[in-house]
Amino acid sequence: MAFSDKTRADYQNELGALKDAGLFKEERFIHSPQSSEIVVEFPAGSTTKKVINMCANNYLGLSSHPEVVQAAHNGLEVRGYGMSSVRFICGTQDIHRQLEQKLSEFLGAEDTLLFPSCMDANAGVFEAVLTDKDVMIADRLVHASIIDGMRLCKAMQDSFKHSDMAHLEEKLQEHQDKRWRMVITDGVFSMDGDIAKLDTIVELADKYDAMVFVDDSHSSGFIGKTGRGTHEHCGVFGRIDIITTTLGKALGGASGGCVSGRRELVEMCRQKARPYLFSNSVPPVIVAGALRVIDLISQTTERRDKLEWNTKYWRKMLTDIGLDIKAGDSPIVPVMLYNAKLAQDFARDLFTEGIYAIGFFFPVVPKGQARIRTQLSAAHNKEHLDLAGEAFRKVGAKYGILGKGKKEIIEMFGM
Amino acid sequence: MDDISKTVLDYVKREYIEEDDDREVNIDTPLISGGIVDSFSMVSLKRFLEKKYNIRIPDADASPEAFDTVRSIIALVTRFKKD
Repeated sequence: MAFSDKTRADYQNELGALKDAGLFKEERFIHSPQSSEIVVEFPAGSTTKKVINMCANNYLGLSSHPEVVQAAHNGLEVRGYGMSSVRFICGTQDIHRQLEQKLSEFLGAEDTLLFPSCMDANAGVFEAVLTDKDVMIADRLVHASIIDGMRLCKAMQDSFKHSDMAHLEEKLQEHQDKRWRMVITDGVFSMDGDIAKLDTIVELADKYDAMVFVDDSHSSGFIGKTGRGTHEHCGVFGRIDIITTTLGKALGGASGGCVSGRRELVEMCRQKARPYLFSNSVPPVIVAGALRVIDLISQTTERRDKLEWNTKYWRKMLTDIGLDIKAGDSPIVPVMLYNAKLAQDFARDLFTEGIYAIGFFFPVVPKGQARIRTQLSAAHNKEHLDLAGEAFRKVGAKYGILGKGKKEIIEMFGM
Repeated sequence: MDDISKTVLDYVKREYIEEDDDREVNIDTPLISGGIVDSFSMVSLKRFLEKKYNIRIPDADASPEAFDTVRSIIALVTRFKKD
């Protein structure tokens, strides 16, 4: 037997070390559809509890929307459950291409290619379009999936300090000897909630002959006046060379992602991106649901407007309470606690108060930057936010951190 | 040796330390295991050393351990300068 007692013991030790370091992740079982109020069993085996959900990526509240659910049912009826194939063998239906065309139109791109997830899109895109003659220059806070994708690509890797445009310019100057340069950034940064300076990035890319790549997973559907994303927000709609995004957050929340952008770059992905070539098509049921999502958000901006209102209300409330939040405009609102144990204890106490939010700490965020990441949804109403705000006030008062800044919190709890 | 130390330390501070980051960096501060430089950003440090000292550091020698402190980086540079 290859999995010997010793091998098992070694793995158990490794898992034990994760537990000892406070890095062990546990799932919480949800006994209801995804929404602003969910029924949660936590810890496993305990009685279920109804809580207000402050940590889903369900920005537009469409994850369980009746029209999306109905469209998905119809898709299941008319196009079946699975494709039993990758796209280029016998896995492409008419609705796959329809969704790609609708996404291109919505995102202001020339073409789009669906992937099983945005993680897969990011894992495959760089290797498909760049070679060892090129350089990738990434913001240092880009999502882990981008870093993995860059590691799979033979182009030189470099990085610039988070949102530091002077540093980016230095790097672009330094790499003028390369064939192609690609500036790589998230649209909205998932842990800090700030928005990339895409207007300046596009300007610098023009000046130094570079392509621009944006992962708009935490933006598509709600950032910008009509929800097209950070390129709309920053006034550079139609000027981004590659956008990757997900159907797994605001756009229905099921799964699936895409690469959208210049026709030739998307075609290179169709020919060469390994996660596209070697994994099954997005299931028809998800494609049908996503088509309805794009229709819904193209017809009216009501949902993203509601989300914007909720975001302003929540940010002001937390600031008035005296909590230390990261400034910004996005519905990702991190409450800074700096100390990892404090972040875990704070989240546990919030759950007792009926609020579901998660503490994040190293290695997900840099050391000494632990936080509770709260996320707004158009499905939240004012009462949800008032109740959540009261819980944050109560727990914040328990730990004596209301009105305290970074330095004082670190003095009290350490980093 | 002192010149290399100052040059590398200055570069690390300029390249990796954010303005609002008040962490002290000295010759023995763990850069990679301490979370100041991620392995992904290490590439720019390697390139800087190669250009500045006109050396070539093979990928096999450019390990996270070799780049973990300014002291270990100096050892690496010195080794390849001699070679």
